[in-house]
Amino acid sequence: MPGIAPPLLPLTLRDVVFEAGGKRILDGVSLTIDPGPRTLVMGPNGSGKSVLLRLCHGLLLPSAGTVGFSGPEYVNGRRRHAMVFQRPVMLRRSVLANVTYGLALAGVAISERTKIAGEALARAGIAHLALQPARVLSGGEQQRLALARAWALRPELLLLDEPTANLDPAATMAIESVIQAMHEAGTKVVMVTHNLGQAHRLGDEVVFLDGGRVAERAPVDVLLRSPASREAARFLEAELPWS
Amino acid sequence: MVLTAAFQSALVVGLAATLTTATVIAAEPPAERYITVASTTSTENSGLFGHILPLFEERTGIKVRVVALGTGQALDVGRRGDADVVFVHDRAAEERFVAEGHGVDRRDVMYNDFVLVGPRLDPAGVAGMSDITAALRAIRDASAPFVSRGDRSGTHAAELRLWQEAGVDIGTVEGSWYRQTGAGMGASLNTAAAMDAYLLSDRGTWIAFRNRDDLAILVEGDDRLFNQYGVMMVNPERHPQVKRADAQAFMDWLVSPEGQAAIAAYRIDGDQLFFPDATT
Amino acid sequence: MGDFAAASRAAVELLASGDPKLLEIVALSLQVSLSAALIASVIGLPLGAALAVSRFPGRRTLVVVTNALMGLPPVVVGLVVYLLLSRAGPLGELGLLFTPQAMVIAQSILVLPIVVALTRQAAEDAWAEYRDLLHSLGAAPLRSAVTLLWDIRHSLLTTVLAGFGRAAAEVGAVMIVGGNIDGVTRVMTTAIALETSKGDLPLALGLGTVLISVVVAVNAVAYLLREAAMRRYG
Repeated sequence: MPGIAPPLLPLTLRDVVFEAGGKRILDGVSLTIDPGPRTLVMGPNGSGKSVLLRLCHGLLLPSAGTVGFSGPEYVNGRRRHAMVFQRPVMLRRSVLANVTYGLALAGVAISERTKIAGEALARAGIAHLALQPARVLSGGEQQRLALARAWALRPELLLLDEPTANLDPAATMAIESVIQAMHEAGTKVVMVTHNLGQAHRLGDEVVFLDGGRVAERAPVDVLLRSPASREAARFLEAELPWS
Repeated sequence: MVLTAAFQSALVVGLAATLTTATVIAAEPPAERYITVASTTSTENSGLFGHILPLFEERTGIKVRVVALGTGQALDVGRRGDADVVFVHDRAAEERFVAEGHGVDRRDVMYNDFVLVGPRLDPAGVAGMSDITAALRAIRDASAPFVSRGDRSGTHAAELRLWQEAGVDIGTVEGSWYRQTGAGMGASLNTAAAMDAYLLSDRGTWIAFRNRDDLAILVEGDDRLFNQYGVMMVNPERHPQVKRADAQAFMDWLVSPEGQAAIAAYRIDGDQLFFPDATT
Repeated sequence: MGDFAAASRAAVELLASGDPKLLEIVALSLQVSLSAALIASVIGLPLGAALAVSRFPGRRTLVVVTNALMGLPPVVVGLVVYLLLSRAGPLGELGLLFTPQAMVIAQSILVLPIVVALTRQAAEDAWAEYRDLLHSLGAAPLRSAVTLLWDIRHSLLTTVLAGFGRAAAEVGAVMIVGGNIDGVTRVMTTAIALETSKGDLPLALGLGTVLISVVVAVNAVAYLLREAAMRRYG
């Protein structure tokens, strides 16, 4: 069906300003997100990365400027972009039901939900947990479930807000392989990350935010090795010793 | 999954049980034949109804639902049409009730008497007096604590009348010795027991009362302490839902030799509480 | 202490005797108060959840009002329901005064604000956690409210029990609209009031002990259920 509808991307942000509680969090961001390469959003704490993702996903509305997709956001009642949060939100029901809930809201016929959800769980490597209550899973399992829930919706754009921030290395690896698989299946990935190693492994290009503005946008290798902006350079200097 | 199932079935069962209960309650009980009688706390608390109503029920198959209030409130309930029969003890108020067309066919049923109850120490020195008004004046002069029902009940009305006859304008009393509880006979007796106060009680409630503490009867036997109970039907012309035939049957039974004998037979520890005096 | 010893003895004797009259009173108390809690829940749970997820002018005022109404005086509710159900009142035709139904109505009104306010509080806390996800998945407000209710179902058990406890403990409303008629509308609390007014304080306290035991038992069962479910669902 996505084939019939006009393409969702590119996503275009024009002079986007976002203010909350008298504070300006985004200060004139203009950006185009094209299909294809995996886009990373990086920057120091408070630079506006999460807010940028939420604006793209429609959870927030800009105070000024515009956020617009080139195609319709919904096709047959199904939203064409999905988001995974830093802290996964688990509904108080089984793992499987967490996925079918999203499918139900997306208007998927009841007869198909279990099958689609089962596939998504298998892709995320947690099919064996399908009947467990979601809230008793470990942090890594919960994040994989969140990914499966997003994936089951077959989004064309997947927004991820530091999905591995609270996880140990093993769980991080598991999450990364799921994200990689989704990318290979044709989903456009936009991800906020702090982790430079992860940026190397999962990124194609980086949008670097600082103080609510885009300081630099460059391919991962270029930005991480020889940043053009002073902001990115300072950030890398501080981060490198620990990564 | 076992627990899930257990929890869910518990939820379902609980819900179903409560729903059933609600439906049972919502459904009209199986056409039980009953009348509603608005009466006084003194008759209910003394246990008289518990004694005579089963006899009436056995005879007629009519259940009697008693709502026990002060006489004033009981008359209000009748006035609003929320009872079939009113059975109270304040002759003046009852006659007004009938004269205003709220009730019909008032009849004397029985009497007992009021007694002046007070602490054994008797700070006002009224024990053994035969003149109730003199006793009340003595209490006033001593500013000894006195508990009044203050609830427009028959007993309250009788008390106010006695103060008036004693020449005491109780409405303008100064000081804290005169306390109104605004409560029923039993509750007021509890208050008096706790405060070592005087109060006017009907004899029936006093005899049945269990929490006497240091209270005792100090004055009794004055003619002015006579306490007449009357019964009347709520005017069916005004309130068509009044169960005329069954209400009539109850009133007729109360004044019949059988009903009168039942009233006379009710005793606590050998004391007779009410004295039948129906004239028909 | 003598009073309380006598009361405990009276309570034990009451329970041990299995007096059918006592059982009838306990059963009616449970029926009336559980029905009231159920009716108030059917109305109050959705209202509370809706109040948690919706934003409209006057919402804060409504929240404050429902919170305040948790302290509704039972006698006032009783009086209002009495005037409504009295033959001389607007609903007099129904002939409900001095019946268990009237008691259920009065207690439902009494319990409703408790259910609404506590549900709103619990749902609002959950909403803070779920809002982004539910918006992300495209849940409409109604769907969101239903999802919240289901997901906080364990807390709602406590809410419903709080309502039940309030209903089972109050005497002012049921006394006025029920009339404390022996065998028809006499419940635990009105029986306690009656025995108190007869000066039979040990029996009254004994009945009070029975009432407390019944309420504690209901709460204990609910608590265990909730604990088990929480362990299960996290």
